[in-house]
Amino acid sequence: MTDVTIHPARSQSRLGKIALRWLLYIILGLFALYYLMPLFVMVTTSLKSLEEIRTGDLISLPRVVTFEAWTTAWSTACTGIQCEGVRPYFWNSVLIAVPAVLISTLVGALNGYVVAQWRFRGSNLFFAAMLFGCFIPFQVVLLPMARLLGIMGIAGTIPGLIFVHVIYGLGFTTLFFRNYYVSIPSELTKAAKVDGAGFFRIFWSIFLPLSLPIIVVTVIWQFTQIWNDFLFGVSFSQAGTQPITVALNNIVNSTTGVKEYNVDMATAIIAALPTLLVYVVAGKYFIRGLTAGSVKG
Amino acid sequence: MSKWLEDHLPKVVLAPSFIAVLVFVYGFIAWTAWVSLTRSKLLPKYEIHGFIQYDRLFAAPRWDVAMNNLFIFGALFIVISMVLGLLLAILLDQNIRTEGAIRTIYLYPMALSMIVTGTAWKWILNPGLGVEATVRGWGFENFTFDWLVNPDMAIYTIVIAAIWQSSGFVMALFLAGLRSVDTEIIRAAQVDGIPTWRVYTAIIIPSMAPIFLSAFIVLSHLAIKSFDLVIALTGGGPGFASDLPATYMYAMAFSRGDIGQAASSAMIMMAVVFAIVVPYLYSELRAKND
Repeated sequence: MTDVTIHPARSQSRLGKIALRWLLYIILGLFALYYLMPLFVMVTTSLKSLEEIRTGDLISLPRVVTFEAWTTAWSTACTGIQCEGVRPYFWNSVLIAVPAVLISTLVGALNGYVVAQWRFRGSNLFFAAMLFGCFIPFQVVLLPMARLLGIMGIAGTIPGLIFVHVIYGLGFTTLFFRNYYVSIPSELTKAAKVDGAGFFRIFWSIFLPLSLPIIVVTVIWQFTQIWNDFLFGVSFSQAGTQPITVALNNIVNSTTGVKEYNVDMATAIIAALPTLLVYVVAGKYFIRGLTAGSVKG
Repeated sequence: MSKWLEDHLPKVVLAPSFIAVLVFVYGFIAWTAWVSLTRSKLLPKYEIHGFIQYDRLFAAPRWDVAMNNLFIFGALFIVISMVLGLLLAILLDQNIRTEGAIRTIYLYPMALSMIVTGTAWKWILNPGLGVEATVRGWGFENFTFDWLVNPDMAIYTIVIAAIWQSSGFVMALFLAGLRSVDTEIIRAAQVDGIPTWRVYTAIIIPSMAPIFLSAFIVLSHLAIKSFDLVIALTGGGPGFASDLPATYMYAMAFSRGDIGQAASSAMIMMAVVFAIVVPYLYSELRAKND
């Protein structure tokens, strides 16, 4: 980031400059409020009692803070007929996301390593074919995938969802690693080959140690994608194996009983917490993944 | 044997992914394309019957609504996100002391699931207890804001939530673009006493054309694939007033048991994506080869 700013034209008076500066900060502050407002409303609503929600208004702070909605959301809220809260679904999402992220990142790293450093006739074609796969709307593979999972006997299971996420994550993970490894001079690989190092040896001792930043970017990208996924989750799961996004939607749209808005909001925050946490801790890498995934993809 | 393996190891490593892409991307697209030409209902059939599914699709009022909605939603979402993103990027580019913190705030919605976003906005926009009730509580008894349950307006609530989610990301793209503009030219313009707004409109923004293009591609891609947000916010309703192609396809595939319609609508979605993306990819690849 360089320090380029446009200085207001010199003819302006000092006072005008200060006023303009204030205006600028006020506008930026108002937009910050706009982006924060839904989060604020979610948090405050989740801390109110239902009674207070009915009588109070959207943006008022809770008169009495209660964590009841949170405990309900976590352990007793109903998703359809089951009433065990969102906890089992939270763990489903963990069980889906962790292996899927690890496998797709590892395979993507190896693919990227080959495409960038061990080119052979057809490897570019492979890469182009993969890249194309990043763009398809997944609706076009939903039907055959549902049938295939049935034939494989993993329809509606967590391994089935892991499988789907690995397959359709490979395009992006390969892209990330390929673009990173392309910038490493190929002389490095050639010299190592002359010294007798093999394919995996070079990957393990030279490339992997250099890869920490791109591993972080890829893991964050994949984790966010898979944790936030809804389409695959709702299409390929059944009662008991649903990820948290599907459970959240079921809780919010379950028609039985009183509408518990505070529980809805607590559930939504629970569903959002892991990716929000990742964003707060490693925002820089998150943004890098977003821009790499979109601009180059 | 080990020599052969050593020589072919790179190919061996790529092979599983290559087969996976071939089968799960291209093979599956072919399967869907094939089935879209059959009379498949609850179960897929494989005898080709021409374009009857597409005829049915284009005759279906619900699909008509979904495509119209995609057009309204896509146009508003893309244009407003880009205008807002560019405006915020320019404002943030004025040597703001707290830039890092503000950027973090503007961009965090992008880390959320669309289902979370939809849930939050559904609560905010619900007429009974949300914005409408709050403003009435302030004394404006006749204030009405019932877009969520109004068939004519429901699609606009999806626009509102989608812009909230994605505009910060567009801002980040544009900000990166602004930072990459050649500083020499800007300095020269300033020395010549050209007013700031002219520097932007005549020099900086035109030089960011590639960023506009990629922002457009990303946003249109997001718009066509929009599914989660509609499900969480309106469920496609009231009735099917806020359906998009993605929700139409899902309803046909998994609740109506009409595989033929699901396949043909998925093919149309893919055609729309490719009409936008392929020329872009083509020009990108050509630019690299030149």
